Amino acid sequence: MVDVAIAAPRGRGKSRAWVSRLQLRELVLLPVIILAMIAGAIVNPSFLTADNLINILQQCSELSILVIAESLILMCGMFDLSLESIVGFCPMLAAWLIVADTTEGGSGFGLNGFVAIALVLVAGAVIGAFNGFLVVRLKLNAFIATLAMLILLRGTTIGMTNGRTLFDLPPEFLYLGSATWFGIPVSIWIAGFLYLIFGLLLRYHRLGRALYAIGGNPEAARIAGIPVERITWGVFALAGLLAALAGLMLTGRIASVVASQGQNLIFYVFAAAVIGGISLNGGQGRLLGALTGVILLGILQNVLTLSQIAAFWIDAAYGAIILLSLIVTRFTGEAPRRA
Amino acid sequence: MVSSVLSSAPRATDGAAAAFALKTEKVSRSFGPTRVLHDVSFSVPVGDSRALVGRNGAGKSTLVAIVTGMLSPSAGVVELAGLPAPALGDRAAWRERVACVYQRWTVIPTLTVAENLYLNSQPRNRLGLIGWNRLREQARATLAEWGLDVEPDLMASRLTVEQRQIVEIGRALLQGSRLLILDEPTAELERREVHRLFDRIRHLQQSGVTFIYISHHLEEIYEICRSVTVLRDGLLVADAPLGDMPKGALVQAMVGAAAGAARAAPVGRETVGPAALTVKDLAIGTLVQDVSFNLQPGECMGLAGLAGSGKEEIGEAIIGLRRYKGLIQTAQPGDRIGYVPRDRHERGILPQLSIAENLTVTVTDSFGRFGFISPRRQNDRASALVRSLGIVSASLKQPISELSGGNQQKGLMGRALASAPKVLVLVSPTQGVDIASKEALFGIVAKAQAEGAAVLIISDDLDELAVCDRVQVIFRGRLTRQFGRDRNDEDIVAAIEGLEEEQHG
Repeated sequence: MVDVAIAAPRGRGKSRAWVSRLQLRELVLLPVIILAMIAGAIVNPSFLTADNLINILQQCSELSILVIAESLILMCGMFDLSLESIVGFCPMLAAWLIVADTTEGGSGFGLNGFVAIALVLVAGAVIGAFNGFLVVRLKLNAFIATLAMLILLRGTTIGMTNGRTLFDLPPEFLYLGSATWFGIPVSIWIAGFLYLIFGLLLRYHRLGRALYAIGGNPEAARIAGIPVERITWGVFALAGLLAALAGLMLTGRIASVVASQGQNLIFYVFAAAVIGGISLNGGQGRLLGALTGVILLGILQNVLTLSQIAAFWIDAAYGAIILLSLIVTRFTGEAPRRA
Repeated sequence: MVSSVLSSAPRATDGAAAAFALKTEKVSRSFGPTRVLHDVSFSVPVGDSRALVGRNGAGKSTLVAIVTGMLSPSAGVVELAGLPAPALGDRAAWRERVACVYQRWTVIPTLTVAENLYLNSQPRNRLGLIGWNRLREQARATLAEWGLDVEPDLMASRLTVEQRQIVEIGRALLQGSRLLILDEPTAELERREVHRLFDRIRHLQQSGVTFIYISHHLEEIYEICRSVTVLRDGLLVADAPLGDMPKGALVQAMVGAAAGAARAAPVGRETVGPAALTVKDLAIGTLVQDVSFNLQPGECMGLAGLAGSGKEEIGEAIIGLRRYKGLIQTAQPGDRIGYVPRDRHERGILPQLSIAENLTVTVTDSFGRFGFISPRRQNDRASALVRSLGIVSASLKQPISELSGGNQQKGLMGRALASAPKVLVLVSPTQGVDIASKEALFGIVAKAQAEGAAVLIISDDLDELAVCDRVQVIFRGRLTRQFGRDRNDEDIVAAIEGLEEEQHG
């Protein structure tokens, strides 16, 4: 190791500065993404059309928001498995209150659509806050506490409507998942906006930096005056809210709420976050990296579908490729930081 | 009864022929370029109780690690009970010969006492399965034979410190070890428990068990040990029966000849006016009682004491990390207090974050509105600190974990100074850094003092205490003595170790 005293901290070449600012780790998946896109173009000429690419982005917009939520929690060294059940539960609760016809599985209450949107978000935040209470205050093991919450919410979602799918939802309730702005779906705008905002907050705001400090060394963070418990708790609540928003967008996209909405999504959330460089041990990773993870998964899903692999095999291929990308990032991702 | 158990246990030697339970010859050990043990030769006769003393960093832990087979010597020979030491990897052979009861818990909290005693050597029934009833009965019988009073069905997590020690001693004896090393066994014990421990040690000694006893409490050594081995800077400097070693001579051996003369105490500034920090009638739980002192602006006071004396808790109370009774007050209500915690790895650095962020983590509110951090302002502040403290790093963005220990410690000092504090609380601020960094750190402290900060150094390191204008000594939660400029290291060490009254009575 060469120690050099700092003479002039600024004033290097522009391009080098950019690369070092991104620390390369965030770009590790780019070659893999490009490879996947080449493969897609070969497999099916319709892959590289604007429609298909927008389609990919829209399809992974909900996943990408969940990945933000989970990344925030992972950064403080915590864990939340229940996010995917919030994706199903909150829209279902609201839809159930909206649908006036009890024979279709509704409550008969006839809730206003705008109020319902607010309800979805508030419910998500409350559930997240409760998770935070279990993990931060009661110090329950995060894995098992949020697993129990996952099962509880999943069961409640099905129980509420006896497993039925709810249709005929008001347009305002579906807007976020179905409308387009300037030819691009609103959900893509929202996801992009959230990545921008949270990316900046994590980089340039005290609270964002506090998450890294907490995940890296909670004891040292506490001694340095960071309110560790309060921030961690807040992150759980925020993650619940984001998961509920993702659920609302998913509902809008398919114009209904299925009892199984969000099911199994959590595996892809973790896969995207981890191959994107978010450390499961906390304190490390960037949203930009997580976003490349999401996009890679989205492209793979699309390519595998287009390539007409038998549907039964898609998941296996998917799993194999995730493993492969993990191995690739291990070999290419760690080294540049020592430069 | 006792002898039957002893003979039934596996023996390292075929008879009781070996005269020495432990013998080392010219044992040395280096870590990289630093040599922590030099040619240490000593021997402990069977049935002896030997005190092993030395100040922090004297090489005690390394020596213990070598004679218990956790570490190989760079040179030299270790003999146990007359036989050459087993190969380093042969844990079972080591365990049959020597055991160390550490301060940290090595019992498994989720198993019962009986299971812990027979871990991995449980008595089995005819089917080769664990015989639970026999396990319990054997454990009960064994404990009773040694006069060790613990219920074998008790969950280990529910043991008191005293009971835990008993279990660890029992386990070592069961595995066949007749040489026990006790590392600071009384640190967490109350007076009554200490006496019971000593009774137990004497009892076991009569059965032929040899003890090596490591303690900072010198008065205990005189109570329980027959002989003493003193290490200083990796050298064996004294090895004698305690009868030939009065307390003064022992302290002298620990501190070294150079310290015989009083150090040139630093010249502090005489200041009048309100104290920068007032501590009055401070009490923290049952740990600290009746602690009162003032710190003047520009003054540096040392708070010296053993680990567990309550000294660190006082520091934590001052910066608001701990509940307390009594009064802690700065000159003005809003005065900032800078803090350097003990153990930078555990409690100090934020390892993945950059040096810039580590320096400025306590003052991020000053880098922009609504909690936003302007990287330019943050970097400006950080680079000013880096320059004034002489921190050596490749860039401000380098993760702090990649810096050398001395530079990490300077970083923590910079963090404490970043808020322009009126009071600095430093806990062992130069621990684990090289000489040059140590000097640099002292320079930083002196500069802060000159700028009017009141400094409290909490430590038992003589070099750190030497820069203080005065030193208060805390022993078992109470301030026992104060030293002004005219002081020498021996008196401070004696007071830290609780010898104060005998020395001056």
